[in-house]
Amino acid sequence: MDAQFAIAGRDFVISVTDKGVMSSILKMKKNQDKTCQLSSHTFMSVSGEPGDTSNFSEYIQGNVKLYSVRNSQDLSPSETANFIRGELADALRSRSPSHVNLLVAGYDKGAGEAALYWIDYLSAMAKVPFASHGYCGYFLYAVMDREYTPDITLDGAKALVKKCFEVLKTRFVIDFADYTIKVVDRDGTRELRQDEL
Amino acid sequence: MSIMQYNGSAIVAMAGKDCVAIAADKRLGQRALTVDTDFQKVFPITDRTYVGLPGLATDVKTLYDRFRMRVNLYKHREERTIEPKTFSHLVSHMLYERRFGPYFVEPIIAGLDKNDKPYICGMDLIGCLDFAKDFIVGGTASDNLYGMCESLWEPDLGPNDLFETISQALLAAVDRDALSGWGAVVHIITPEGVITRDIKGRMD
Repeated sequence: MDAQFAIAGRDFVISVTDKGVMSSILKMKKNQDKTCQLSSHTFMSVSGEPGDTSNFSEYIQGNVKLYSVRNSQDLSPSETANFIRGELADALRSRSPSHVNLLVAGYDKGAGEAALYWIDYLSAMAKVPFASHGYCGYFLYAVMDREYTPDITLDGAKALVKKCFEVLKTRFVIDFADYTIKVVDRDGTRELRQDEL
Repeated sequence: MSIMQYNGSAIVAMAGKDCVAIAADKRLGQRALTVDTDFQKVFPITDRTYVGLPGLATDVKTLYDRFRMRVNLYKHREERTIEPKTFSHLVSHMLYERRFGPYFVEPIIAGLDKNDKPYICGMDLIGCLDFAKDFIVGGTASDNLYGMCESLWEPDLGPNDLFETISQALLAAVDRDALSGWGAVVHIITPEGVITRDIKGRMD
């Protein structure tokens, strides 16, 4: 029951995750950051089984960092996404599968373009212009399908994110208190407050 | 709904006169929700052998990666490219290795052999080979594809007629299947080379 979605333009990706942690009918926490920084220009948002999310993202973060240290070079977003998919796919058919849904967002400095990868807990992967996981998708894909254009600007994407919030507020059973909003572009990753949209 | 229907797909291969064709839809979904409308399900193995992987999307990716590794090893060891028939047996063995925990795909292989003769073959998820002289179908729209291919296919079609036949068969089949569609890609393999065309379909 998380809110997790992202929108990619030509040279940026904007990603949104809610900050709530729920356990059954209890609200355990309302300031959890569900994103995980992998390198200066790549990060991922994670949802799924509570223990698996932090375990898997810390494992990936460690190994992506290890690669950059060993090779004095960061992995590109596509390399990062393919590495993550491989690890998740191996885990899927092992004795300890991880139940995590991921959105990998990054800016490829070499190619000069942004990339967004959708990966589900079965480790099916797709490079997409916009994406969402879980129940939110049933509401947000409709909004994003209608409003998205391939040449969308960051301001356009911010307005679209606001519209997504509006739909969640009016039609979704859960009232998400707060969101982590992150943008990655050629200058790196930065976090936005909701009033900065 | 079985795991084979989770992501949705429709793939068909047809034999013609000194040419073969393989076509696939582009949808990736999670049951009824469409996630991606440009998902690759047909992959080149050599210049004249293609494999289509209808079924669970995670296994489509995993298997293609493993095929690529095995075909490259074959190329280095044997110093020649793999024949479509040899490749089908490789695929069949790789699937049967996982007999009691299978990959959820039904591969379809289309290619021209070293004598330029068409070769098409399909198999089930544990690698039982199915050779055909006419056409092979797979995916969530396979029932519809059987009907379309049965009525449209005829022997000895040239590359252009084969393209028209396979495209119409696929488009008509996916229009009556909710889990596949959103455009298609068609590869026509001829001795002179491969012609790849993207075709638009109903986007609903």
